[in-house]
Amino acid sequence: MGSRYTWKTSIVEILAILVGLVFLVPFYYVLSNSLKSFAEILTNTSALPKVLIFDNYVNAFEKLDFLLVFKNSLIITIASNIVLVIFCSMAAYMLVRTKKKISNIIFMTFVAAMIIPFQSIMIPLIKTAGNLGILNSIWGLVFMYLAFGSGMTIFLYHGFIKGIPLELEEAAIIDGCSRFGVFWRIVFPLLKPITVTIVILNSLWIWNDFLLPSLVLQDPELRTIPLATFFFFGQYTKQWDLALAALVIGIIPLLIFFFTMQKHIIQGITSGSIK
Amino acid sequence: MNNESKLETVKGSAIKKQKSTKVSESVSFLNRKKWKDAGLFTLFVGPVLLAFTLVVLIPFFTGIYYAFTDWNGITGTVKWVGLDNFKYLFSEDKQFQQSFMLTTKYTVVSIILTNAIGFGLALLVAQRLKTRNLLRTVFFMPNLIGGLILGFIWQFIFVKGFASIGELTGIPLFELAWLGDANTAFWGIVIVSLWQGAGYIMIIYIAALQNVPQELIEAARIDGANRFQILRHITMPLVAPAVTICLFLTTASSFKVFDANLSLTNGGPFKSTEMLALNIYTEAFVNNRYGIGEAKALIFFIVVAAITVLQVTISKKREVES
Repeated sequence: MGSRYTWKTSIVEILAILVGLVFLVPFYYVLSNSLKSFAEILTNTSALPKVLIFDNYVNAFEKLDFLLVFKNSLIITIASNIVLVIFCSMAAYMLVRTKKKISNIIFMTFVAAMIIPFQSIMIPLIKTAGNLGILNSIWGLVFMYLAFGSGMTIFLYHGFIKGIPLELEEAAIIDGCSRFGVFWRIVFPLLKPITVTIVILNSLWIWNDFLLPSLVLQDPELRTIPLATFFFFGQYTKQWDLALAALVIGIIPLLIFFFTMQKHIIQGITSGSIK
Repeated sequence: MNNESKLETVKGSAIKKQKSTKVSESVSFLNRKKWKDAGLFTLFVGPVLLAFTLVVLIPFFTGIYYAFTDWNGITGTVKWVGLDNFKYLFSEDKQFQQSFMLTTKYTVVSIILTNAIGFGLALLVAQRLKTRNLLRTVFFMPNLIGGLILGFIWQFIFVKGFASIGELTGIPLFELAWLGDANTAFWGIVIVSLWQGAGYIMIIYIAALQNVPQELIEAARIDGANRFQILRHITMPLVAPAVTICLFLTTASSFKVFDANLSLTNGGPFKSTEMLALNIYTEAFVNNRYGIGEAKALIFFIVVAAITVLQVTISKKREVES
């Protein structure tokens, strides 16, 4: 925390860059080997590729059916975010503004349930979902994400709404606005900062989630990116040229998301974890 | 509620003036208002509460019931067996006991290392470095990628990458078959979790470090404190609340590790790296022994809940003290 850039700082800088390079090494290996032929991967793992081979990517892209699985991941993530934001903000608003015992009980139930690990729910859930026939459906999965994400989402909204003054709403009600209108026209726009945080946290979670979709979506046509990667890896074990290209393709959407939203993501994670 | 009752009196008196209503009518108005409020409450809270009840609460409680049965999911009959499942787990199921011990060991190791490395990284990028923003991004990047894909990336590094580095440098550490041996495969999972988690923890520590007042550090420096003393006696105590948060986050996530375990080792070699979450999964969906799987899941829940409650109590106590 020196105030000037001294030779000591430059030593720290070199050290920090070295640590950074260590962090990047796995990316280097995956990326450089994904552009090599299979024979070259085996003989020349650490070196840069001699010739760039993009065939791996074309092959992996086709075999993953990437456009389809990307579309599935996108639909699931967007739809889950929409229902989570709409229903949890509404619920949190009502729970804050209704000063009754029942509101407290419901809120505490949502918060307390956050400690239940998924493994303690999954067996009856999947069996019941099978009996109800909502397995193998993207909308069934979205419904489950609404439930699993509700604890944290309501918790974050609840904390934020408590800080919004009542006067605005009172004025609107006197002007003849309904409760529903008050919420959507006045309160919801004020929730934007926390909504951004919530959408980022939920998107990263849902986009990367593997276990729940693997249990719910058994039809290959419904697979998400993590699911497709998993089955691809199982099918092409040791075919590193294809497998590595598939990994890179799977990571790219996340990196694009990160670099366009970097500031929000870092802020979101900081505020999401401290609360 | 205050505004509503005010509003009620405003509306109520208006109506009284206009129609000079009788008492009975104003009571029915109040009743209608009550029903309207209950309706609104249901409309706002109902949808998510319904999903939550169906997907989380009911399966959770039926799961507790099934932990005391011989449910296998295939035959229709479910027989109550009392504590038999738990007796079996603690006396005969060596795999479960081993998974439990391994998960505990893994949790302790990864909590300590993730926090130490995360804090170290935060200290590094808190310096006035020219590359600090870039480095912050680099350290954080692995955290974006899900555990499943990270596990596959490292599978390649351990199998091919390490072998190649070993060949080039001759360092024996890289020449080992990392995923072929129970001990090194365990450390393999730890490395993946560090690579993923350290950047996340770093972000939280950076936020905490930024809240340390510069004047305090300046004052200490003028008083002749060296870098280490400042770190030990000023910075560390002031970031203590963040430490609690980070310990909590890493404990919960380490104990529940599943994705990286599945994709990196799949429990191998010979089930020696099968953590609890994977063990429960296998019991239920591979062996189809739901009753025993649920008994394991219940124990798993109790441990996770105990850790969480302990952490929250400690951090609340700290907050009160400070």
